[in-house]
Amino acid sequence: MAEQRVKLYQAGTFVVGNRLLEPDERTVQARMDRSNSLTSGHRACQGCGEALGARYALDAAMRATDGKLIAANATGCLEVFSTPFPESSWQLPWIHSLFGNAPAVASGVAAALRAKGREDIRVIGQGGDGGTVDIGFGCLSGMFERGDDVLFVCYDNEAYMNTGVQRSGATPPAARTANTKPIDGHPGNAFGQGKDMPRIAMAHRIPYVATATVADLRDLECKVERAMELRGPRYLHLFVPCPLGWGAQACDTIKIARLVRETGLFPVFEAEDGEVTTVAKIRRQVPVEEYLRPQRRYAHLFGEHGHPEIVARLQAMADENIRRYDLLPNDGCNALATHEGVKTLHPAGDGAL
Amino acid sequence: MSGNGKPYAITLDVGSSLANHTGSWRTERAVYVDRLPPCNDACPAGENIQAWLYEAEEGDGGYERAWRKLVEDNPFPAIMGRVCYHPCESACNRAQLDEAVGIHSVERFLGDEAIERGWRIELEAEPSGKRVLVVGAGPSGLSAAYHLTRLGHSVTIYEAGAMAGGMMRFGIPQYRLPRDVLDAEVRRILDLGIDLELEHKVESAEEAMREGGFDAVFLAVGAHIGRRAYVPAGEAERILDAVSLLESMEGAEPPRLGRRVAVYGGGDTAMDVARTARRLGATDAVVVYRRTRDRMPAHEFEVEEAAQEGVMMKWLSTVKRFEGGKLLLERMELDETGFPQPTGEVEELEADSLVLALGQEADLALLEGVSGIEVADGVVQVGPNMMTGHAGIFAGGDMVPAERTVTVGVGHGKKAARNIDAWLRGEAYEPAAKHRLADFDSLNTWYYADAPRAEQPRLEVARRASSFEEVVGGLDEDNALYEARRCLSCGNCFSCDNCYGVCPDNAVIKLGAPGERYEIDLDYCKGCGLCVAECPCGAIEMVPEEV
Repeated sequence: MAEQRVKLYQAGTFVVGNRLLEPDERTVQARMDRSNSLTSGHRACQGCGEALGARYALDAAMRATDGKLIAANATGCLEVFSTPFPESSWQLPWIHSLFGNAPAVASGVAAALRAKGREDIRVIGQGGDGGTVDIGFGCLSGMFERGDDVLFVCYDNEAYMNTGVQRSGATPPAARTANTKPIDGHPGNAFGQGKDMPRIAMAHRIPYVATATVADLRDLECKVERAMELRGPRYLHLFVPCPLGWGAQACDTIKIARLVRETGLFPVFEAEDGEVTTVAKIRRQVPVEEYLRPQRRYAHLFGEHGHPEIVARLQAMADENIRRYDLLPNDGCNALATHEGVKTLHPAGDGAL
Repeated sequence: MSGNGKPYAITLDVGSSLANHTGSWRTERAVYVDRLPPCNDACPAGENIQAWLYEAEEGDGGYERAWRKLVEDNPFPAIMGRVCYHPCESACNRAQLDEAVGIHSVERFLGDEAIERGWRIELEAEPSGKRVLVVGAGPSGLSAAYHLTRLGHSVTIYEAGAMAGGMMRFGIPQYRLPRDVLDAEVRRILDLGIDLELEHKVESAEEAMREGGFDAVFLAVGAHIGRRAYVPAGEAERILDAVSLLESMEGAEPPRLGRRVAVYGGGDTAMDVARTARRLGATDAVVVYRRTRDRMPAHEFEVEEAAQEGVMMKWLSTVKRFEGGKLLLERMELDETGFPQPTGEVEELEADSLVLALGQEADLALLEGVSGIEVADGVVQVGPNMMTGHAGIFAGGDMVPAERTVTVGVGHGKKAARNIDAWLRGEAYEPAAKHRLADFDSLNTWYYADAPRAEQPRLEVARRASSFEEVVGGLDEDNALYEARRCLSCGNCFSCDNCYGVCPDNAVIKLGAPGERYEIDLDYCKGCGLCVAECPCGAIEMVPEEV
């Protein structure tokens, strides 16, 4: 008789914690002693994906380094909403200098630690997509090239949100921003521009590059942990929805991050030494429209004067990612990690006593 | 250093953003709620299914906790897991995701564990000094006796038959409910100190109450008189009714039905009779029913299992006459209202016996002359508190208007017990207000692992024809645990930590101790609603702040 062993743990590993799991199998975020690197009282908007992503990433890094961590922060929302003088939401050593030099500052901190023989203390550089893919691009590339021992985290919310939603090199095609308005036949941001920062990082052949979203906490924490096991320049590109800039409901932040992965528009993968090593497979594939609709920055694509041809181009981008990264599950069954509760499946009905 | 003793350009002491209470931004707040899971809502016995599955999910010691939670409402898990038609599973939200949770199979596992491990019920209530008479030791009467005893009352059961169990023994064949299981669960109830008098037929409820000095009576005599239909028949022809036939299966001598058995009717009882006939050696067991299969009152699985066992069906047919070993059947046609109309076309069917399975009636002789009693459509009318028109006489089960299943009977027993308890104290029983239903749309099903249902093993068809061995097998522990964990915990927090994790403002406080949940830190909650959106089971809702 054909038998299939299936493990089940009620909510699988999709949820943050779970009372039935052993404590060390739960996420860092499920722990009562998580460091809350970005603590309450910060001035991020309701449902801010960046605030959430920063706590997820830094708490995981704090745990991986036993709290021996310094962060250098680029200018941007993350800095502005967390540190209005004289208050700070940061519960780790944290340094802010300029918009464009966070990777260089992080490199400097790492060099100083090396000089002092304190390489047990690790360094994270972080910023938004503007500070990373545009303004800090040169510093970041240099940091990669020199081989500095820094993990740089880009919180990608796809535009300059702090200054009023202007287009960045990470803004996707067709998205409306303050300076890519859908008027006079210009349907939002242009196609064919922008920078694929994770692949640019990979092209530097650095030890580790990964992408993640705030919708898959376990995946994100695993990647931070992996990054902290390695030395040298590492890059994490984290997709963080911005309810205000994208015109989405505050309560939909995680849903939108989930949908972007399930459409294939944002491939979630990790790469070591310039080669892709793992990809997060799509679990329940959806058309891009399902991802675009809840966001007002794409509202001009729909309705009476909509642009189905543009939606089709975006779908083609998603399909291209799916092909390029092999995002669809191979065997029809999704191989999602599970735990206790083993079951042997029999073909329905005819299992004899 | 600058002049004020602080580092250069620092004029204020560095502080934490905790001083900034962002809760003031909020227009809505997140509030934890418990909603009514659809399974609980659908259970005729009022079981708290989600709650006992929650315990069972933990495995090991969780099974006994689950069983104890279960028997707070229903003393028959092992029986129920076998014979209940599980309306809970029809209502289960998981059915919209993949397949309903096999609630009955987990219930059966827990019931069997309890029997095997000898789990007992402890009485905790102080003796009330009140005495209650229960008439009838079927599911409803035993359930009432059990709950009344747990409430501190002294209970006596009068049962007309020679054994306890009622329709569970005399109506449900052994291949669906092995008698050792029935005996074990009945014994556990009686062991609570209930006085059972067998072969004690009550002639008058009022007199029995007065003579015995009882403070209240619960009547649950069931409906065990087979409904007859007039079938012109020769003197030699063997016509039986289904109830008597199934009852005689419990005697020493199996009934003699012959090789060709026709069963007239389309309910579960007709299926039970036909399947029993096959096991008694009938080569042909034919169910004759005047409508079509989709209009048959019998449950799908009964019809299916009967067919597997070689039971044949004659749809759209009525019995005209039974003579010379031959049944004369008339073909029917459904009219536009779905009612069968005769066509005049007839055919013959050879039969050694005909069993009528046309429904049952209640024997209400014990209520004759009792004041205040109202009988309509052959059943006793009761109020919402299960009391008849006669003060102190309550009734439930098949003898009152309701669907006639074991589970409904058990539910009546519990409901009556609670009302009798209140009535004895001169009060009225107030059931707790029901929570709002946890419908499918209130769930975020992304978080649940994909998991097909665990199927119970079934006895090979070849072995069924010759034995009354149980057809459906139980789950082993691995599979029972797996099945329990398929529960979505609709509307009730199962401590997944999602709210605690997804709050961008650290405004969810995890209380930490087992069973304790979470609290919203209103000093910092901005009211974004992420915790509500990402709660898998819909146990948080947004409530507008008063402005």
